[in-house]
Amino acid sequence: MKTHITTTVNGEPEEFLCETEQTLLDILRDELNLTGSKEGCSSGDCGACSIILNGRLVCACLVLAVEAEGQKIETIEGMADGEELHPLQKNFLKDAALQCGICTPGFLIAAKALLEKNLNPTEKEVRYWLAGNLCRCTGYDKIIRSVLNTAEEMRRK
Amino acid sequence: MIYERPNTVSEAVEILSKSHEKKSILAGGTDLLVQMRSGYYRPSHIVDIKNIPEATQIRDDGDTFLVGAGVPGAQLSEHVELIKAWPGVIEAMDLIGSTQIQGRATLGGNLCNASPAADSVPAMIAADATCIIAGPNGYREEKIENVVTAPGVSSIANNEFVVSIRLAKFKTGRADAYLRFIPRTEMDIAVVGAAVCVLIDKKGICLNAKVSLGAVAPTQVVIETAPQILIGTRLDEETLDKLAKAARASCNPIDDKRGTIEYRTSVAGVLTKRAAKIAFDRAGGA
Ligand SMILES: Cc1cc2nc3c(=O)[nH]c(=O)nc-3n(C[C@H](O)[C@H](O)[C@H](O)COP(=O)(O)OP(=O)(O)OC[C@H]3O[C@@H](n4cnc5c(N)ncnc54)[C@H](O)[C@@H]3O)c2cc1C
Ligand code: FES
Ligand code: FES
Repeated sequence: MKTHITTTVNGEPEEFLCETEQTLLDILRDELNLTGSKEGCSSGDCGACSIILNGRLVCACLVLAVEAEGQKIETIEGMADGEELHPLQKNFLKDAALQCGICTPGFLIAAKALLEKNLNPTEKEVRYWLAGNLCRCTGYDKIIRSVLNTAEEMRRK
Repeated sequence: MIYERPNTVSEAVEILSKSHEKKSILAGGTDLLVQMRSGYYRPSHIVDIKNIPEATQIRDDGDTFLVGAGVPGAQLSEHVELIKAWPGVIEAMDLIGSTQIQGRATLGGNLCNASPAADSVPAMIAADATCIIAGPNGYREEKIENVVTAPGVSSIANNEFVVSIRLAKFKTGRADAYLRFIPRTEMDIAVVGAAVCVLIDKKGICLNAKVSLGAVAPTQVVIETAPQILIGTRLDEETLDKLAKAARASCNPIDDKRGTIEYRTSVAGVLTKRAAKIAFDRAGGA
């Protein structure tokens, strides 16, 4: 039995049909064609599927799509303002904070959630905040630097 | 699989009581979805409690807080009064998973999942917390230590659910602490967890204490002799050594890749001692 869900994705009203067992990640990727959120583990360990649900950072692989009724969802697709990249996106490119890019949307969304809460995080705070995002390529240091650089840049503005 | 999102406690109980099909309460889903995904578990109904006001609010109930069973860890860590009253419970909850997991995981889910290694459970036990359970006969209140009865098994019946957790308000001279040991600094399962709550007078003499351990036995352990050992002392080294010995004696752990029996038992003593010191300092002992 499919359920009809009405929700908000990146500020736009959205609706879809889903089975109870489908995760929000399944629907975002397979029904809404928002494939920026990645599926790494499907068990909450890698953070590649990170989204913001009603203002809180969560793993889309651990949310049922049926739970999205009436909720507010933010994904990587809503991060840039049209053609204008978010400062975190610009700096990730500038600082070479990615290689294959699979983990990148998750890191960006998680880092965005951090900077919205705390624009002056310490390196330790950044490292702990991002501990649920795994990257197989960069060794983390460039990612952490890039988040710290962006925070500094955004504080100056 | 049918998904239901009741708006009230009584609606939820009605759904749970309807038939004998396998029904699962959904709070944060950080255990349930992983279990469903791995094929380990497949309920016929999912009953989401996150639309029930009592289960989603942190309420002031006179001398106590009632923390809704569906409140995520991230929200607990933002609650100034709760942190002041129960730094140990909040730090235990905050240790669960990543930022993403904190956005969803709940105290109620950590309790009802009934893992021997659940981080918040020893802390809630040491804090003398209780849970409010709703069922067909109305409400009942149960001590946290009576909920988990075996690994993965709880004393909450199929037609019942935990609505909220009751924690006392701040009290001068009382504080708690929780420490856990894992092989890395984040995202792993406790090898040992130790929770200590102490109440001291103005001179720093211990008036009451409760100590609980996780991951060292099939269920959380309460160290029965802890009050005897600690009351009347200033938690000096000799007393803390006695407490560590009692902690080791209460262990009945498993051998696994994270730690041998011998190792877990030894670490339990060390962590209990350290957690007791932190709780004592927080209570104003020093
Ligand atoms: C990546 C990752 C890391 C983790 N790290 C830790 C960790 O460090 N420490 C730790 O202790 N745990 C950890 N966990 C496990 C899990 O996050 C916690 O146990 C969490 O507190 C569960 O809460 P929940 O609300 O998500 O539970 P859910 O998944 O919603 O529920 C868990 C179980 O309890 C039942 N249940 C839930 N709420 C109620 C209720 N109110 N009444 C009756 N039954 C109920 C459900 O039916 C289900 O069987 C981790 C999980 C993941 C995925
Ligand atoms: S895919 Fe969701 S955390 Fe890995
Ligand atoms: S850039 Fe490849 S996994 Fe992070």
